[in-house]
Amino acid sequence: MDKLIIGGREFDSRLFVGTGKFSSNQLMQEAINASGSQMVTVALKRIDTDNREDDMLRHIMRPGMQLLPNTSGVRDAREAVLAAQLAREAFETDFIKLEIHPDPKYLLPDPIETLKATEELARLGFIVLPYIQADPVLCKRLEEAGSAAVMPLGAPIGTNKGIVVKDLLEIIIAESRVPVVVDAGLGAPSHAAEAMEMGADAVLVNTAIAVAGDPVRMARAFAAVVGAGREAYEAGLGARSAIAVASSPLTAFLD
Amino acid sequence: MFSDELLNYDWEATSTAIMAKTAADVERALNARHPSVDDFMALISPAAAPYLEQMAALSRHYTRERFGKTISMYIPMYITNSCTNSCVYCGFNRHNAFERVVLTPEQIEDECRAIKKLAPFENLLLVTGENPRVAGVEYIEKALHVCRPYFSNLSIEVMPLSAEGYERLTHAGLNGVVCFQETYHREKYKTYHPAGMKSNFEWRVNGFDRMGQAGVHKIGMGVLIGLEDWRTDVTMMAIHLRYLRKHYWRTRFSVNFPRMRPAAGGFQPNVIISDRELAQLTFAFRIFDHDVDISYSTRERPDFRDNMLTLGATSLSAGSKTDPGGYHTYPQSLEQFAVSDERTPAEVAEAIRARGYEAVWKDWDKIFD
Repeated sequence: MDKLIIGGREFDSRLFVGTGKFSSNQLMQEAINASGSQMVTVALKRIDTDNREDDMLRHIMRPGMQLLPNTSGVRDAREAVLAAQLAREAFETDFIKLEIHPDPKYLLPDPIETLKATEELARLGFIVLPYIQADPVLCKRLEEAGSAAVMPLGAPIGTNKGIVVKDLLEIIIAESRVPVVVDAGLGAPSHAAEAMEMGADAVLVNTAIAVAGDPVRMARAFAAVVGAGREAYEAGLGARSAIAVASSPLTAFLD
Repeated sequence: MFSDELLNYDWEATSTAIMAKTAADVERALNARHPSVDDFMALISPAAAPYLEQMAALSRHYTRERFGKTISMYIPMYITNSCTNSCVYCGFNRHNAFERVVLTPEQIEDECRAIKKLAPFENLLLVTGENPRVAGVEYIEKALHVCRPYFSNLSIEVMPLSAEGYERLTHAGLNGVVCFQETYHREKYKTYHPAGMKSNFEWRVNGFDRMGQAGVHKIGMGVLIGLEDWRTDVTMMAIHLRYLRKHYWRTRFSVNFPRMRPAAGGFQPNVIISDRELAQLTFAFRIFDHDVDISYSTRERPDFRDNMLTLGATSLSAGSKTDPGGYHTYPQSLEQFAVSDERTPAEVAEAIRARGYEAVWKDWDKIFD
């Protein structure tokens, strides 16, 4: 399988996982281990940055793991840049998942503040992964602003609805020069498989694993389909439908 | 720059891969929602020949979806045939002994008036040879200023310029730039273009990046069919187009598949593409890129153009003269190549109407510049 490279770092696993909503840190740790993920996002607001022995962090970190701090909770670009700087100091990484959702109900990302923050953070040397709507033009603007990847949503966050913006994601994947990570809305392994078969570079899953009956087994299931979906994409899927032949030939003039 | 990207693609390996495509590859390509370059290779391969009818239907479907039943009309105006290059296939080759013409601003204006008498053209393509000393950026800029009041959309087909050159012309009202790479075969390119500025492959192939950087609205691409294996050459162009789309995503693009025509100098084409293959290539390109403008010039015969205008072609020239001053000043001067479709613009427009399509003369406005 092709290697995924983001911010100069290679990843064997194309499954990124979140750390929210688990019933215990112990269970979260087991689920992360079962997922085989090498990129784990954690909300800055959940971590006690004054305490280097923070309990949650201790359960996440293991060799080869890339921590992806996120700015969840900020409402505009200015707050996001501050949060990112705090996160860089606390976690000693330039990776930042930019999440700016001023709306507390649906947690939908603000495209204008996200673009502004990306420009500033890229200038400050961050490896920026912005969480955004599946908006192809915004993706190109973020790419130009220096984002290291784009993270369009498949469906509103936490809804487990799968890929409801397929046509737009396909355009983003076809046109992007940076990796495309489908983030949010993937509620079942089949949704993740669909994203990977479409050619997404990676997926980020949190709720579907955290709230599953058995999060550890669900993490394992996601790991299996993400690998399989990528393999299928690289292998080239076979044709799906039979092609009808027109009754009145369009090409008779060439005979 | 694209010359670096191109290093990733080996000519021979690409040719071999195209010829190895199977019916299954073709069917996959026909069903792909966003066809890849690999899919494109299948569609132009011999394996796709039995699928020509399906390809035509699909190409027509996508063309109507994006362009409707319209054909955009344009006309070229050659303003000089002075050229320092010695391209072996071109009538303007500096070794061809004939008197060179550089139209004056007054003569260019006469040509504008003569064209407007032919038909209500609004899309003008200004064409020159390559002789920066007598017809450089300044000369082209002057020509644009002269033509500006007569046409709402101005394009040029001239030697590759610097990014600054393109930017300067954009300020003078330039909308589009057409430049044919001729061939993407880096080594063979030198044998067809042995001298002059045009012998520099990198300068030409990277010209498209400079157009994109300068913010040119529309970029026209093409390979000259008759030099190297056409399938491999158009695949390289497909790769180039996809690269340009990803980098300069605000820009519109057009492609041309000019077949070599008889010209002074008598160069004989190395490869021939049949009508059937050219149709296959046109359908394949439309399936590969639904939005690209596919241009058919008067190099092609009337009946072929009339059929293709409902199946994938989206812009046509008409009434073209390929000699500088050909519309008014010097009706008998040396042409760059011999045209095949000698109908008047009115006759071409009538043929378009007869197929149930509309000839669109104006599809741009100066206010967008």
